[in-house]
Amino acid sequence: MNQQAPVLELKKIRKTFGAVVAIQDFSLELYAGKVTALVGDNGAGKSTLVKIMSGVYSPTSGDILLDQEPVKFKNSSTARAKGIEVVYQDLALCDQQPVYMNLFLGREYTKSPIPVLDRKRMVKETEALVKELDVRIPSALSAISDLSGGQRQGVAIARATHWAEKLILLDEPTAALGVAETARVESIIQGLKARNIAIFIISHSLDQVFRLSDNICVLRQGVQIGVRETAKTDKNEIVSMITGLSY
Amino acid sequence: MNSFQKVSQALNLKNNIVYLGFLVIFGFFAIMLYDDGFLTSRNLSNIVLQTAPATIMAIGLVFALSAGEIDLSFGSIVAVSALTTAVVMQEYPIFIAVAAGMLSGLAIGALNGVLVAYLKLPSFLVTLATMGLFAGVARAMTNLRSIPAIDPNFTGFFGSGKLFGVPSLIIWTVVAVAVGHIVYRQSKFGAHVIATGDNARAAQVSGIHVNRIRLYVLSLSGACAGLAGILYTGRIQAAKYTLGEADLMIVIAAVIVGGTALNGGKGSIIGALVGSLLMGMLNNGLILMQYSVSQQMMVRGLIILVAVAISLRDVSR
Ligand SMILES: Nc1ncnc2c1ncn2[C@@H]1O[C@H](COP(=O)(O)OP(=O)(O)OP(=O)(O)O)[C@@H](O)[C@H]1O
Ligand SMILES: [Mg+2]
Repeated sequence: MNQQAPVLELKKIRKTFGAVVAIQDFSLELYAGKVTALVGDNGAGKSTLVKIMSGVYSPTSGDILLDQEPVKFKNSSTARAKGIEVVYQDLALCDQQPVYMNLFLGREYTKSPIPVLDRKRMVKETEALVKELDVRIPSALSAISDLSGGQRQGVAIARATHWAEKLILLDEPTAALGVAETARVESIIQGLKARNIAIFIISHSLDQVFRLSDNICVLRQGVQIGVRETAKTDKNEIVSMITGLSY
Repeated sequence: MNSFQKVSQALNLKNNIVYLGFLVIFGFFAIMLYDDGFLTSRNLSNIVLQTAPATIMAIGLVFALSAGEIDLSFGSIVAVSALTTAVVMQEYPIFIAVAAGMLSGLAIGALNGVLVAYLKLPSFLVTLATMGLFAGVARAMTNLRSIPAIDPNFTGFFGSGKLFGVPSLIIWTVVAVAVGHIVYRQSKFGAHVIATGDNARAAQVSGIHVNRIRLYVLSLSGACAGLAGILYTGRIQAAKYTLGEADLMIVIAAVIVGGTALNGGKGSIIGALVGSLLMGMLNNGLILMQYSVSQQMMVRGLIILVAVAISLRDVSR
């Protein structure tokens, strides 16, 4: 179904925590410009998979291939350096800091030759980016604590977008949002496809998964049940894959 | 919203309380103590000279608090650094003595930092313990004796003398505040300190080495206290274990009143300077008003309570 090579490939990934097997024998391919959704019940291992892809955990066994080259992420910094960004469930924003400082957190621009912060340049790029992604915030100078839940989510996504060269991982990006704000965030995610990066999204909302994704991967108790093209499946099939019961 | 809240919001009272408080108390003393010489340039420059060590400690504390840590040990570090400097100076050249004093402060700060950052102990308990530990060390170092430090080159550069016609303590204050402010507001390091105190996990997943930041800020606070100890020694031309003993409350009050958050993520070096000057001015005014020492302590405690209450009061709660 895809002519191009996958951006990221997981091959027979297994992850155990002591005696607990969180992931077993998981394989998946992610493609540029495509949204892949991961669904599964609580405790299925979805967050664990995100942490493996972002370098927080290393798999007990199995291989990760980035652009078909095997890689080992030592920690989240190495994954980030290779163009993989995460939008965490708790967003990981500094609430008292302005939007632009959050966007450049840990990667602040400085001037030369004296390395003082280049706030002007960071504000300018932030303004351009939020405009481009249509994240509606009052100003790049607003403190995160003055924003709504949807705006915060928008800032976290904008940050990931700004730095991701290959892949963005989103862990339940709309779990805490109302209807209107969810719609805003979904349209931002839709806009990311045009940037030709791979998008991997975890969601408990099947409606959302069907609205956003190109492919759906189902996980049950750490086992990959199957991958379906969104256009060629329906909710009943996905639900029965998630629960293991047939309809 | 009641009218007090409206007025306080219009003035942005919470963020500017230190400047407002400074002006109000300054005006009060200027009128009440006019005949006692409060407004003389001699008295005013005296206030700045007396607060120099506290201001420098306050700079270190702003960094520590902004990173989400606290340092309670700086008062004891002052005494250790002062005594180290004075003792070494009896045998060795001044610059070696000063380096030894600075290093002692830096080393104790680094000890705090290692215990907090890598042994994951809470800074409140670590620095409470090292405060006691090094207060004892300071007493033991010279058996409670004070050590003179009267070399005019030393006192000239670090205390009672002048450089280029300006009292050296004022130069130290201005340089320390300027450097502290630029590092805090304009450098990557400052931004990472503030981010660590705001949301350590967010800072960590953004690639900031939060443990290294914790080590650095506590080391910096120790080094600032070390410098403060040297300046005290230069000003009174002797070192004693009691130096720095009374500074804990004053410096914490100066920093909090100056707009630095107790729980991290927000702070101001300029605010800490003004807070420190405010504390010095209070001290000076109360003495001129001829309050007894015990009355001074009570009045100062009450004023600090009011000031801190206004700065920290959370209107939304
Ligand atoms: N650090 C850990 N140590 C031990 N067990 C863990 C650890 N992290 C996850 N697990 C276990 O691995 C399994 C998968 O957890 P995970 O958080 O990945 O689930 P999830 O699919 O994200 O669930 P949810 O939908 O509730 O977020 C669970 O049984 C969990 O208890
Ligand atoms: Mg999860």
